Amino acid sequence: MTVLTLAKAINEALRYEMRRDERVVVLGEDVGVNGGVFRCTEGLLVEFGPMRVMDTPLSESAIIGVALGLAANGMRPVAEIQFSDFIFGGFEQLVSNVAKFRYRNAGHYTAPLVVRAPVGGGVRGGMYHSQSPESYFTNTAGLKVVVPSTPSDAKGLLISAIRDDDPVIFFEPKRLYHSLKEEVPDGEYTVPIGKARLVREGDDVTVITYGATVYDALAAAEEVEKEGISVEVIDLRSLIPYDWEAISRSVRKTGRPVIVHEAQKTSGFGAEIAATIAEREIYSLEAPVIRVTGYDTPHPLVHEHLYLPNKDRIVNAIRKSTAY
Amino acid sequence: MLRMYRLMVLTRVLDRYLLRLQRMGKVALYAEAMGEEAAMVGSALALQPEDVVFPSYRELGVFLTRGVPVSEILDRHLNTVDDPLKGHEFAVFGDRRFNIVPAPTPVSTQIPMAVGYALAFKIRGERRLVVTYFGDGATSKGDFHEGVNFASVYKPPIIFICMNNQYAISTPVSRQTGAATIAQKAIAYGLSGFRVDGNDVIAMYFVSRSVFEEVRDGGDPVLIEAVTYRLGAHTTSDDPKRYRSVEEVQQWMKRDPIERMRTYLIAKGVIDEEGDKALWSEIESLVSAEVERSLAKPGLDPEVIFEDVYAEPTPQLREQIDEFRQQLRAEKVMRR
Repeated sequence: MTVLTLAKAINEALRYEMRRDERVVVLGEDVGVNGGVFRCTEGLLVEFGPMRVMDTPLSESAIIGVALGLAANGMRPVAEIQFSDFIFGGFEQLVSNVAKFRYRNAGHYTAPLVVRAPVGGGVRGGMYHSQSPESYFTNTAGLKVVVPSTPSDAKGLLISAIRDDDPVIFFEPKRLYHSLKEEVPDGEYTVPIGKARLVREGDDVTVITYGATVYDALAAAEEVEKEGISVEVIDLRSLIPYDWEAISRSVRKTGRPVIVHEAQKTSGFGAEIAATIAEREIYSLEAPVIRVTGYDTPHPLVHEHLYLPNKDRIVNAIRKSTAY
Repeated sequence: MLRMYRLMVLTRVLDRYLLRLQRMGKVALYAEAMGEEAAMVGSALALQPEDVVFPSYRELGVFLTRGVPVSEILDRHLNTVDDPLKGHEFAVFGDRRFNIVPAPTPVSTQIPMAVGYALAFKIRGERRLVVTYFGDGATSKGDFHEGVNFASVYKPPIIFICMNNQYAISTPVSRQTGAATIAQKAIAYGLSGFRVDGNDVIAMYFVSRSVFEEVRDGGDPVLIEAVTYRLGAHTTSDDPKRYRSVEEVQQWMKRDPIERMRTYLIAKGVIDEEGDKALWSEIESLVSAEVERSLAKPGLDPEVIFEDVYAEPTPQLREQIDEFRQQLRAEKVMRR
């Protein structure tokens, strides 16, 4: 075990996989000499050289398209998009090409690639350095979408993503990169994609979330505990595929689901969870499904803390749920 | 040279059959190759079997030149049980056994991917090439620029072949670019560009052969502009009479690559009128027999629509497959 930040855990996962498997290459803007703007690829260029750690042109569509070609030709590329806000430059590659690649060629060729991108707000990044665009991709067959919230999960899930035979979009909550540390298992360590993490057990309300808001949900759970409300917190970790078993088990127990994410409310991933709860667990419900999300505006620069699903907003939602 | 001619004739005959099959309602949509056979056959003949092709959706002559059987192309377009791409998409073709990666239909998106594929060869030190084909319209898209630009930095073994057939559906090349040629776009990337008479199969072959061998020996990526003409419609959903004159088409008919090669071969004494007629009728009966065979084959199983989304279906997808099966069973019962 070594104490690592989330950024260091990403770095450790990349280094471990690159040492283990020479097919693994890293490419993206400023990932080589500079070690990435968040330092996730620091030191990799020196260890693995410029043909395995490629500083690319400022060219998101090429980064993702080239990664797909590398993957189709036997490599295991990990592409970095500097901010998930810039992923739209490669959106057509992801949606038309990467996601449909296996299907289009009926399995003759596959696309085992990872696209890493920092996601979410909380760093005063304004509308182009704070977005949570995951639902664009969860609505696209052929992609997997993963969002870790702890350094250990970041390492274990990234290694699983690199070894996965399908394309994985790996969203790293940027406000967690350097803000928390924990002991991370050394060496070989994987976390399966598609399994949620039970962060906190409770009996009265279930908070279903992922990414940085896991910590806001925990803070809210601790606050309402003083009022005698026992909150269970589930970190989905993976959106496609998502762990329905973990959600349904908890909703059956509490009957009061609250869904939390930073992305805007309308058509956010919470809508998918809410709809599935309505389809399958309607008789388990003691209260309506409540969502605490970003608002349907671009991500604001000023008063960002009021826009984000902060502790107070989650506390209110939990109280509202228990009032039914 | 007779081989070049034969492949062009085969392309033309199969192309006409595929068009007719679409008109009969047997094929969803087809993008004609007529008029561009020389650029296809000439360039593909210069490839080695281990080289990899990233076509767009019109390169029938490339597929045949790479040895893909006529039957397989028919099975593909007719979506029979032997369709190598399991009916997942229309118009495009690909098969790993022939090192052909099927195209995405959104124009130009295959270009960056082809660059990445070639880059893997460079990383591993393999002496293999990638050739990607695209039309004149593709050169207006970001992925053309991003792909060629990336290639100019990392210099993987790739050749970009622009099939300048003068039209992107109805839009003439003069509305795609203010540049006098497409080949000259290579200069801005620090690469070489060649402009070839794409209706001259011999020219196309020799330019391709010398460019390919240079790139194989570690030379920089190259852009080749094959100047040709789409004699047919864009696809079977298009009516070219709306946007170009009969006179213009007739002008290009005079430069029909097959007719040109035929005239040349007869003048050189490689073939005579009689031999030529025999060749056409031999290919005609070969293709028509394959068409009959493919038409008699059963179609694909309904469950094929769920295959190849992921290596293993997600739990969510697995549930939908179960729902689909139940629905199919219910429909069968209803039909009884």
